Amino acid sequence: MMILTNSVVILFITIGVIFIVVTAIGLVRLPDLYTRAHAASKSATLGVMCILIGVFLHFWLIEDHFNPRILLGILFLFITGPVGGHIMTRSSYIAGVKPWKGTVRDDLGPEIERMKKEQGIQ
Amino acid sequence: MIDKLLLVALALFSISIALSLYRVIRGPSMPDRAIALDTIGVNLLSSIAIVSIVLKTKAYLEAILILGILAFIGTIAFSKYIERGVIVERKSND
Repeated sequence: MMILTNSVVILFITIGVIFIVVTAIGLVRLPDLYTRAHAASKSATLGVMCILIGVFLHFWLIEDHFNPRILLGILFLFITGPVGGHIMTRSSYIAGVKPWKGTVRDDLGPEIERMKKEQGIQ
Repeated sequence: MIDKLLLVALALFSISIALSLYRVIRGPSMPDRAIALDTIGVNLLSSIAIVSIVLKTKAYLEAILILGILAFIGTIAFSKYIERGVIVERKSND
């Protein structure tokens, strides 16, 4: 039983660490802001959720201490991680950060022009 | 077995914080730095979780939730500042 719980905890923590290292590599190597935000919001959220599930199982099954704060932390990160990435990329598009030069479609640009024209904002 | 794996995990967290710090210093625009700082906050949060297993204590588990909330509020404040120039807007009566 001890070996089984230890291996489940090790599995979750290993998956989380791999995803967090992949996030850092993506932050260094991807070409523009939007792809970097894509890497940072998705894989960092998944990695941290896996690590917190591993820590929660360790405290619950091995030290016999059920901790609901870690569960609340997992739920909060699952809600706020993608929301933070979305709001940051949207505000940087409005502030005028250009996409990478190999981008082939830009659907948000005409939409923002139309919104500005309707509201009378220059 | 699990102790060595946790130490390896902490070393990988420090490597990934160093890579994000490269993006904070080098990043060409302001939202790049904000996103990299958000990633550094996430790394610190998970390293607190690992450290609390290494030290066999339950006292640090509140810090995980608090650090998550603070990182989210910081990201929202930075994005509002980048979009409009102000963080808290006032209602104008004209």
